[in-house]
Amino acid sequence: MNRIRLLDHLVLMLGVFVMVAPVVVAFMTSTHEAADIHRNGLSLAWGGHFTETYNTVLTREGGFTGKITGARMIWNSLILGIGFAAGKIVLSMLAAYAIVYFRFRLGTLFFWMIFTTLLLPLEVRILPSYEVMNRLSLTNTYTGLIVPLLASATGTFFFRQFFKSVPEELLEAARIDGAGPFKFFIDVLVPLSRTMIAAIFIIMFVYGWNQYLWPTLMTTDERFFTLVRGIKQILLVWVGSNIPDYNEAFALAILAMLPPVMIVLIFQRWFIKGLTESDK
Amino acid sequence: MKRVQFSSPYLPYLFLAPQMAIIFVFFYWPSVQAIQSSFYLEDPFGFGSTFVGLSNYSDALGSAQYQAIARFTVVFTALVTFLSLGIGMLLAVKADAVLKGSAAYKTLLIWVYAIAPPVAGLMGMMFFDQHIGPLVKFAALFGWDMKVGLNYNDTAIAMIIVSVWKQIPYNFIFILSGLQSIPASVREAAAIDCRSGTRRFWTMTLPLLAPTAFFLLVINMTYALFDTFGVIDVMVKDKAANNPITLVYKVYMDGFRGNDLGGSSAQSVILMIVVFVLTIFQFRFIERRVHYN
Repeated sequence: MNRIRLLDHLVLMLGVFVMVAPVVVAFMTSTHEAADIHRNGLSLAWGGHFTETYNTVLTREGGFTGKITGARMIWNSLILGIGFAAGKIVLSMLAAYAIVYFRFRLGTLFFWMIFTTLLLPLEVRILPSYEVMNRLSLTNTYTGLIVPLLASATGTFFFRQFFKSVPEELLEAARIDGAGPFKFFIDVLVPLSRTMIAAIFIIMFVYGWNQYLWPTLMTTDERFFTLVRGIKQILLVWVGSNIPDYNEAFALAILAMLPPVMIVLIFQRWFIKGLTESDK
Repeated sequence: MKRVQFSSPYLPYLFLAPQMAIIFVFFYWPSVQAIQSSFYLEDPFGFGSTFVGLSNYSDALGSAQYQAIARFTVVFTALVTFLSLGIGMLLAVKADAVLKGSAAYKTLLIWVYAIAPPVAGLMGMMFFDQHIGPLVKFAALFGWDMKVGLNYNDTAIAMIIVSVWKQIPYNFIFILSGLQSIPASVREAAAIDCRSGTRRFWTMTLPLLAPTAFFLLVINMTYALFDTFGVIDVMVKDKAANNPITLVYKVYMDGFRGNDLGGSSAQSVILMIVVFVLTIFQFRFIERRVHYN
């Protein structure tokens, strides 16, 4: 028995090593100087240049126009992440409320129209989506960055599932007390959904922050670059220089993963709940 | 649906309006456009377009390059799905088995989920770098001269490793929560009936996990087909010519680099059909899953 447990722990430790070590190495290496990395390779030891590197990455004006800083990209990423998560929650709660709590003629039709969006991910309709955005002149705007990503049904299904599990008696009681649709929604459903909202917010924030393809298409103006989108651009500028700024590349990678990783770690339980329930 | 419902002539439409408006403008309109322009040949200088029927499709499906990319996509998808599901399941089963430290392992194993694919790709580039990459040095120990970015197979292997690494946590989370929902009584009954842990896994645990595993199979395939775009884009660094790419990347390249609207749209529609089939599969298995529960 003991031998088996030891083996289990060994497998798990190996797994943890494979998952965690690359990020630790990336962080440690980012605190070294570029020339040092070029000579000695990646490192597991503290390099002592943390402040300089991260300061440069956050505040130096780079890119082709010389206008974009790391801090600005973090700001854009936050707008995308929070805007997307909040938008998704509002839209999908309202839609799910209408579908579950109202009897109306076109209900089933609307339900299937929303349902269909699950069939086609954004990736398979990128070019026509881009054309549409161009025609609406929404490229290089925050609206163009956030709103098209909202056109999928994941959140709606999540809330639909949850609303259906809310006991019928609540609505009966509320109606006896004379509550209308608005009052019931705001005073009963929203407070009941608090945990669900938190869980969905976390999943959607991570999803929004990590978007790459859509921001790549939508933003050509560097002022709107998100961190994740900016990474490749910056990489392209560096590739070809004598000693590439490995330390800054790693620092950017660390900055780009820090907020979503922190949120997942801090709100772990909600995150797992949101993930395993919403993707069903 | 609820037994008791509100009825109002306009309120449900009001609540649905924002979602429906966005879906119409950003989902239905582009999707219809994709299907429509897949039948047309766009003039490269913007002077209208001619109806060409299915020739965009036959051009795409008939080209040797497209077939090669399709073959790579199949191999890539199969390997990424199989490896990330297998490793995720192994770790989940072990994390479920140990008594001490299970929570700590769980925390340490899930957070890589939050790393964006292109960020994972950037890290992969560094770890497979010709000068500083530890993994290249490691491969050299076995006499393998790895040239990621130059050699087709080496780049493919690096891309698969990075994509699998990023996807392990997802499978781990789902399988672990699946394992933890197996009732203690079932486990105890199985433990009384059968002493061998390995046999218990194959005859009790795995069948109970099957619905979760099927669901994950589809999710992993969609991940490998679409979400790995960021990994690939960063790792091939715009030099797709002699590097492995997937079908989605080709849609992007032909559409945005090659300005071939019709060809790109036809490829989009082909992918739509693939996703459509996958999703139908997924919903069938989800129904089964609900049934099991």
